[in-house]
Amino acid sequence: MKRLSLKLLRQILGAAVFVAITLLLLDVSGYLHQHLSWLPKIQLIPALLAANFVIVGILAALTLLFGRIYCSVVCPLGIMQDLIARVGRRRKRNPYSYSRPLTWLRIAALVVFVVLTLLGLTAIAGLIAPYSTYGRIITHLFQPVWIGANNLLASGAEQVDSYAVSSADWVFYGWVPIAVTAATLLIIGYLAYRYGRTWCNTICPVGTTLGFLSRFSLLKVRIDDAKCITCGSCARNCKASCIDSKAHRIDYSRCVVCGNCIGHCSTKALYYGVKRKSPASQPEEKAADDKVDDAKRNFLVGTAMLAGVAMAQQAKKVDGGLAVIEKKVEPKRSTPLTPPGAISARNLQQHCTACQLCISECPNDVLRPSTDLSTLMQPVMSYEHGYCRPECNRCSQVCPTGAIRPIEAERKASLQIGHAVWVKKNCVAITDGVSCDNCARHCPTGAITLVKIDPDDESSPMVPAINTEVCIGCGACENLCPARPFSAIYVEGHEMHREI
Amino acid sequence: MSKHIERRDFLKIVGAGVATAAVAAVPGCKTVVDNDIEDEYENQKEPPKGKMTYRTCPTTGDKVSLLGYGMMRLPTTDGGSARGSDAPIDQEMVNRLVDYAIEHGVNYFDTSPAYCRGESEHATGIALSRHPRDSYFIATKLSNFDEATWSRQESIAMYENSFKELQVDHIDYYLLHGCGMGGMEAYKSRYEDNGMLDFCLEQRRLGRIRNLGFSYHGDIKVFDYLLSRHDEIHWDFVQIELNYLDWDYANEINERNTDARYLYAELLKRGIPAVIMEPLLGGRLASVPQYLVEKMRQRDPEASTASWAFRYAGTPEGVLTVLSGMTFMEHLKDNLLSYCPLRPVTKDEEEFLYDVARQIVNVELIPCNNCKYCMPCPYGVDIPAIFVHYNKVKNQGRLPLNAQSPEYAKLRREYLVGQDRAVPKLRQASHCIGCGQCKPHCPQNINIPAELRLIEKFAENLRKNV
Repeated sequence: MKRLSLKLLRQILGAAVFVAITLLLLDVSGYLHQHLSWLPKIQLIPALLAANFVIVGILAALTLLFGRIYCSVVCPLGIMQDLIARVGRRRKRNPYSYSRPLTWLRIAALVVFVVLTLLGLTAIAGLIAPYSTYGRIITHLFQPVWIGANNLLASGAEQVDSYAVSSADWVFYGWVPIAVTAATLLIIGYLAYRYGRTWCNTICPVGTTLGFLSRFSLLKVRIDDAKCITCGSCARNCKASCIDSKAHRIDYSRCVVCGNCIGHCSTKALYYGVKRKSPASQPEEKAADDKVDDAKRNFLVGTAMLAGVAMAQQAKKVDGGLAVIEKKVEPKRSTPLTPPGAISARNLQQHCTACQLCISECPNDVLRPSTDLSTLMQPVMSYEHGYCRPECNRCSQVCPTGAIRPIEAERKASLQIGHAVWVKKNCVAITDGVSCDNCARHCPTGAITLVKIDPDDESSPMVPAINTEVCIGCGACENLCPARPFSAIYVEGHEMHREI
Repeated sequence: MSKHIERRDFLKIVGAGVATAAVAAVPGCKTVVDNDIEDEYENQKEPPKGKMTYRTCPTTGDKVSLLGYGMMRLPTTDGGSARGSDAPIDQEMVNRLVDYAIEHGVNYFDTSPAYCRGESEHATGIALSRHPRDSYFIATKLSNFDEATWSRQESIAMYENSFKELQVDHIDYYLLHGCGMGGMEAYKSRYEDNGMLDFCLEQRRLGRIRNLGFSYHGDIKVFDYLLSRHDEIHWDFVQIELNYLDWDYANEINERNTDARYLYAELLKRGIPAVIMEPLLGGRLASVPQYLVEKMRQRDPEASTASWAFRYAGTPEGVLTVLSGMTFMEHLKDNLLSYCPLRPVTKDEEEFLYDVARQIVNVELIPCNNCKYCMPCPYGVDIPAIFVHYNKVKNQGRLPLNAQSPEYAKLRREYLVGQDRAVPKLRQASHCIGCGQCKPHCPQNINIPAELRLIEKFAENLRKNV
């Protein structure tokens, strides 16, 4: 019977984590976060930012015991690179070779990362943080496809009167997030395709940090000098390029304990462990088939177009007709809105690595990536598509870094994140001369009352009077205001959230 | 027959007596001392002792309290009821509730071998055996819940076991349980083909069963059949579902149900006293829509929503007792207040309740026939689509109304997802600004903005009730 090899174990664990975390980031049903939101919380940088020292301690201990297994089974970006590398080395016999460590670059990248984080420019630093990079890739490049498939399924479900799948909206928030993410994926993807784990061993701050520890790990991949014939097969199959076969040395700061070398050694000179021991046999890997093809994307676009045509026809059939609804346009807010639980704009900015999980989870399409440089791709709020509903606190539940701290729905109901502002020239009570109470009616805190604009004139229009002390900034008024494209009432953000 | 008339007269006298007492109390009120105010305050929440209204069973002359204790929702140790929880029954609490009930005049206790996962009879036996046997009447049933117990042998074992669990040597009211469930065939094979009906009649002759009756659910043919055999069987009582919604709208609640008006009239015609179950229609009449609560409070500010339903169910003179499955002391107290003594529902109040029933059943159905005269709404709301969707769900009886129901989560999702499918979010009721431009166009005279608000509120509550 074959023993469970190091490589197989790594593949099983890695696949499980990878699939789970990917599904969590893709999910639009709202179910998975209840079970899987712990996964991002065990990622090193989020745990550090959240000051979750239990997790950090466990990860450090694991590394000191087993080496950089974190990079092989916990980090989704690492596992993704393994998958890409696998495609890259298809049919090549000896794809890699030993290279000397670029220590200066590693240290420099780590220093830049730390300094940027300390300066509060976490969003920029986060561009090279592994988990959040992966979060962006999934959210911006793959979730649209996922939503397309989901909606196809939902319309199928509708045909057969099933309510198991409901459709979700995909909102386009501009090209910046997509472009930045695509560029990162291109760079990391190319490096992984050609050189394996180069990104992890030169740029990634987590790789460098864990590399300091893994030099001293208890268990390591070791070379039995007596058996080694210096054939170099291990070095040429090491995606971390860390085996100097001529010198019979392994650079443990770069070894991610993938176990590939062990299987490639014909004399069984390599083993993983403390002391000399007979190494496990290895099954040969099959080539993976992980193409990401454009066909899917084209298919999605096609489906979306079809849906659009169907909508237009439906509208035409209606006798009474439907008024055209103009799209809402985001107002210019002098202070951006941050979600309840963020405590303050500064706290969010300092802690968020922009993994996009909150944005992906937001069921009301309120959260979206910022395009401002200092908060690049960190979440900001706006109310064109929905408002921050009173019963929802999902972003605060899933945030792994403490940028949005857990907050109960009850507390959220009395937490002021901004205040409403009335824009007279847009109000339909004045422009259309109709009576309207939509802002007042939907205000959850009763901060809006309607008053006669001219107290002396009985017939003058009723307009909203806002008690900004009671307003919590949820945006129900802004979202449901009939004035389009600019609402006649909008929410101005507060830098510090406060209890009312 | 004559007994009924006597009782009616008796009630009139009692009623008049109560009225006189009330009138007599008025002058006293004017010269109030603090004590009286406190008493009055107390009376609003604490039921008085010795004031229970009783009805007489014509065959045995039992004086039965108008409030009957249903032992099917006994409290459990985890603070819930045995209907919804798997925790063991809280015997201490059961004892307390039973003691309090008896203290306040309740003497009819209705259980079944099937209730509370089969634990109800046992718990009831423990609680009641602490009181003198002549201070209470026990009702239990030959249950039809488990087909494995339908053989003669198993049925007799079930019957005998009831005596053991309840710690008694005679049962005051014995019922064939759930006649009509599964139609005539199920009835025949459960109670006649195995000779159990004859067995029960024999036991009544022997005095181990003092009153024999049946509880009716479902197929009306079974009800009619059983009553057609009244001359030969002499039913002592029959248990039916009766409340102000079931009176005329049983059909709307469930297609197979028959209006209580018919059921009650059939019993009255034959002089058979009615034991009432579901006076609250499974709690639905205690949690009516908010605007109906307001209406009811407006009419009687001190009366709970449930008390209306209890007073209604207890008013007809052919009613022997009204069963309520009370889990908590608050339920018991509130129900006692309704019957200590009963203030019969007046003709006027009866009409008021039928109006409430119509609103619960009908008026929630919006009389929109999708003519689209109201369209286009200048603010983009798809008015008829919203009404059509709501009516559709309502018609299917799939509105998620009761958050306690096990179906609730499913119905809630169905409603919310279905609503988004039927009407795009931007055209839903939340976007109605109430300008009223649609109103004059509606040939059905629907107050469109008001209806849209009700629908929006309904959906909004569903969303919040995560």
